[in-house]
Amino acid sequence: MDPRVLDAMLPYFNSKFGNAASRNHPFGWVAEEAVDYAREQVAKLIGANEKEIIFTSGATESDNLAIKGVFEMYKDKGNHIITCTTEHKAVLDTCKHLEKLGARVTYLQVQEDGLIDLKLLEASITSETILVTIMYGNNEIGVIQPVRAIADLAHKHGALFFTDATQAVGKIPVNVINDGIDLMAFSAHKMYGPKGVGALYVRRKNPRVKVTAQMDGGGHERGMRSGTLNVPGIVGFGKACELCRLEMDEEATRLSALRDKLQASLLQLEESYVNGNPAHRLPHVANISFKYVEGEGLMMAMKDLAVSSGSACTSASLEPSYVLKSLGLSDDLAHSSIRFGLGRFTTEEEVDFAIAQTKQAVTHLRDLSPLWEMFKEGIDLDKVEWVEH
Amino acid sequence: MRVYLDNAATTPVDPEVLKEMYHIMENQFGNPSSIHSHGREVRTIVEKARRSVAALLHASPSEIFFTSGGTEADNTAIRCGIIDNKLSHAITSRIEHHAVVHTLEAMEKSGQIKLSFVDVDGKGNVDLAHLENLLKDNERSFVSLMHANNELGTLTDIVKVGNLCEQYEAVFHCDTVQTMGHYPHNVKELKANFIVCAAHKLHGPKGVGFLYVSSRTKINPMIFGGSQERNMRGGTENVYGIAGLAKALETAYTEMGEHQQHIQQLKSYMMARLLENIPGIHFNGETEPEKSLYTVLNVSFPEMEMADMLLFSLDIAGISASGGSACSSGTNIGSHVLNGIGANPDRPAVRFSFSKYNTRGEIDYVVAKLKEILAGK
Repeated sequence: MDPRVLDAMLPYFNSKFGNAASRNHPFGWVAEEAVDYAREQVAKLIGANEKEIIFTSGATESDNLAIKGVFEMYKDKGNHIITCTTEHKAVLDTCKHLEKLGARVTYLQVQEDGLIDLKLLEASITSETILVTIMYGNNEIGVIQPVRAIADLAHKHGALFFTDATQAVGKIPVNVINDGIDLMAFSAHKMYGPKGVGALYVRRKNPRVKVTAQMDGGGHERGMRSGTLNVPGIVGFGKACELCRLEMDEEATRLSALRDKLQASLLQLEESYVNGNPAHRLPHVANISFKYVEGEGLMMAMKDLAVSSGSACTSASLEPSYVLKSLGLSDDLAHSSIRFGLGRFTTEEEVDFAIAQTKQAVTHLRDLSPLWEMFKEGIDLDKVEWVEH
Repeated sequence: MRVYLDNAATTPVDPEVLKEMYHIMENQFGNPSSIHSHGREVRTIVEKARRSVAALLHASPSEIFFTSGGTEADNTAIRCGIIDNKLSHAITSRIEHHAVVHTLEAMEKSGQIKLSFVDVDGKGNVDLAHLENLLKDNERSFVSLMHANNELGTLTDIVKVGNLCEQYEAVFHCDTVQTMGHYPHNVKELKANFIVCAAHKLHGPKGVGFLYVSSRTKINPMIFGGSQERNMRGGTENVYGIAGLAKALETAYTEMGEHQQHIQQLKSYMMARLLENIPGIHFNGETEPEKSLYTVLNVSFPEMEMADMLLFSLDIAGISASGGSACSSGTNIGSHVLNGIGANPDRPAVRFSFSKYNTRGEIDYVVAKLKEILAGK
């Protein structure tokens, strides 16, 4: 968390601790004002009106609310949802759940570079399609989808466009008007704000979008999301958004330079490949595969580096990344891929350290690898017939 | 002087709780699902909190699921408890929190359940004989009844309700938001399938709570995505909030006897002073210590012309109280709880709710100010 965010939050824990829904006294008013101010800060970052921001407990809840909420609200119009195979689990699992409730879901394959095939998307839209949900920037490979083109296709056929922009908001300019977004999920902790708070943008004009509430109660957030507002969390979220808005350009320039340095250095290793379209990519992410390296060994050898082999939400499982597999990587190659995610507090020294550690680990593991030895001897491993044993 | 007597709406965070959270917010920013050391450290914090909460309730850690608060916990218990157990009938009362009533009404409206309301008397007591009849007539019901009413303070004998539910094979959800940390809850004795907590009601942070799901009850998630909370609740864990919740509950249990005595004395003192000083006053809901939540006192004032101005006048005098629950205090439709017990709508009602930080001096001040306000000074 950015220390400036923490400072902004602190007074709201025990001096300005009121419930923002308490309408009869200043403790409540102060809390409500703080929430209103944060709502403006959040709206401003994405070019929205503050009335279009629904605070939630995080992007996962926002994803659930958007997809289920649209499915229930637009039931009479149709039951078809289009998404893609590289979406976050919060989107995929929600879609799978809705299939049990009568939704028809198309999971589009992405191209080898991780981008959506717009022709394939358009061909998949039917008169029953109510929602197209495609993420803005991918959490594992950083690929940025052509959201405006996707939005236009959805709108051309009368469907709404929802995007999980958790990885993109605060990192690159995102503007809901220019991008043609109807609903958008994002969260605070991915932009140096606190965990446990996020938002759903819900368009109010051209068209006015509605979602069915998924949690009922006191009717907070204009009836779309009940529950006492997490005032300090929301204040921190607002501050985090403001800092991103003011510092994004500079930060993106700095991080993409560091990322490019990291990437260029690691690509000096033989048989290493960047995953995802390098031109349409978030500035702070690089996902690199190292062929002929055993994946678990790689993670173990790099224990001093906080990197991951997939998204955090699935990295606890030993399954290879489904995102990388969607790009056509084999299980082995997906396992030997590393996501480097740089951040506001990453220094050039740390990047140099990461380069050295990774190079050393890859070289060492390859020295131990019989496959690497065979490769170096010029044996085409794809043509080797392995004996079952 | 500024006196805060709206602790049933929310409470200030205990400094010790804030200290614990501050340390985590400042130093431990990892994602608990990451397998690198930053991630593993915070995973340990979450699991330690879970074990601590479970131990206080005599539950198993696998029965505790962290949520974004009481409303999410109630919604999960009700929606998933009904759908995943294939129940078609629910019983509740008209004076439950909106997170319960509105959720059940939404499910009734969409045709998922038939909903029955158990009778409550003029003090908010649930008619247990009527409950038994409803349970008899409707096999395998879902029952949602709160432990203490948030506006009246009236307590329900939830052990008896639990036993009835067990006898008639009903699934029992108990909204314990107002009593968590104020009374010891023992899930071994309480036959509830679900109980809930919102940390901010017990000097913990907003935006975090938990749902206890008895190990004999199986439900599916309400929020999908990621394998957090053992696949029961998707979403990156609110680590500092979870640690704050556990610390708040630990503190509440350690200091429970002391706080109960202090707050009960304040409440009894305020009742006595009000009765002495303000003619025509009475109290909504039960007030006997064993039948009433010690943190809540709902005062019914005599009919007056300026009824709408009472809370406003209190605020001008520096006193923060509430006309109902915070969740509905912005609306002018009157309290559904007071309507539910048939209270006289012409008598203005104010809920005063106390915490460990209130003092006898504050009560004297409030009573003196009330006397002035009602005398038209």
